[in-house]
Order: sequence, then structure tokens, then C-alpha cells
Amino acid sequence: MSKRSNEPFLWMLFSAGGVVSALLMPIHLFLFGLAFPLGWLDAPSHEKLLAIVRNPFARVYLFVLCSLPLFHWAHRFRFTLYDGLQIKHLNELINVFCYGGAVVGTAIAAYLLWAIA
Amino acid sequence: MINPTEYLPRTYQARVSTYWWLKRWAYLKFILREASSVFVAWFVVVTLLQVRAIASGPAAYAASQEWLRSPFILALNVVSFLFVLFHAITWFNLAPKAMAVRVGGKRLPNLAISGPQYIAWAVISAGVAWILLRG
Repeated sequence: MSKRSNEPFLWMLFSAGGVVSALLMPIHLFLFGLAFPLGWLDAPSHEKLLAIVRNPFARVYLFVLCSLPLFHWAHRFRFTLYDGLQIKHLNELINVFCYGGAVVGTAIAAYLLWAIA
Repeated sequence: MINPTEYLPRTYQARVSTYWWLKRWAYLKFILREASSVFVAWFVVVTLLQVRAIASGPAAYAASQEWLRSPFILALNVVSFLFVLFHAITWFNLAPKAMAVRVGGKRLPNLAISGPQYIAWAVISAGVAWILLRG
């Protein structure tokens, strides 16, 4: 048998990230990206948000919200470059850039969330 | 084992245009769906910057709110919101095609699979909004 492919595992991360992005991102982006900056709704105070991000459950939530979608991005973006722009000869470089980026992003998220005083 | 296709002449390869995805709405939709992932990644960047600002103190938080009000970032976030919405809708509608659930030998109708996801989406969104907006 040939070398076992890690494709199913990467696809699982892609899929889990797709679910998280679909369920959670629209409301977050609507509030923080549109409703608060445009003054449609009152933005929560710093004090309140700090209390939220200090909560361990909220940190786990934010970690999942940041990490899995990055792997979702990595998978999709990789195939966008591969099929869309047909730059197949750069496959290895693309893989390193995409999945490497997701791993680095996950590490940054873990650090930032862990370091909250 | 010998791979029979290995010995076929491979002189002819049809060239596919780099812009093949502009030829049909279905292709374009596919590429737009794939492109939504870039905005998903952008959202993660924005969220992490916000987390850092909140952790750094009230002044940093105020600065980050100011940044989110700047025209370019605001426009980018409007576009991102539309793409993320597009991702969510296509994702929920895709689920029944990706997993064909059979009950008693019969395939469940599409709505039985995507319906609960839309309900979960509404409930979760309301929950997040409630936590952030209450008192």
C-alpha cells in the first residue's frame, strides 16, 4: 500500500472550520464590523468585553472561532490557487503557505488568549 | 502493477484559460465560494487584533474601535460580511448533498438536513448578540 494520505484529516479540519465560520462569523462580523462602527447599536464597554474574554469558556470559544476557520481557509485557498489560477507547479509552496499560515495563526491565537491578564 | 495510462501518448493537452471560471455563473459561484475563505481569514485577523486591544486596556480598545470606523476597513468589513453570509448559506445548502442521510431506506429531504442548521444559526446568532448587547 502506498503512503497514507493526510488528506482526510485536512478535509475534516476544513469541514469543521466551515461549520464554525458559517454558524458564528456572520453575527460577529455584523456586530463588530458594521453595527458598532456605524453606530446602529451601542458597542459594549471595554470593561464588559474584558470580563468576557477573561472567562475561560469564552477563551475556548474564541480559540475555536479563530483556529478552525484558518484551516478552512487554508484548504479552500489552496484549491483556489490550484484550480482557479492553475498554478499547480507551485503546489508544495502553496501547501506550506496555506497550512503553515493556519498553524502560525492558531499559535498566535493561543498565545493572545492565554496571555490575557 | 503497470499503470496503463502511463504509456499513452501525452502530446495533446487542451489548454484551459486561466479565466475559465468567468464563463458560466455556476463556475463563478464556485470561485466566489472559494474566495469567501479569504474573508474568513480576514475576520480571524480582525478578531485577534480586537482581543489584543481588549487585553491591552481601554485606550487600545478605543483605538481599535476608531480603526474599525475608518472608511477602508469599514468597506472591507461590509464586503467580508457579504462573503461570510454567502459562505454560510451555500454551506448549509450543501450539507444535504454532502451527506445523504437515509432513514428507513429512504433519503431524508434536503430541508430536513439544512433546516435544523438554519435554526441553529438563528439561535446561536441571537445568543451571541444577547451576550454582547445586554445591559
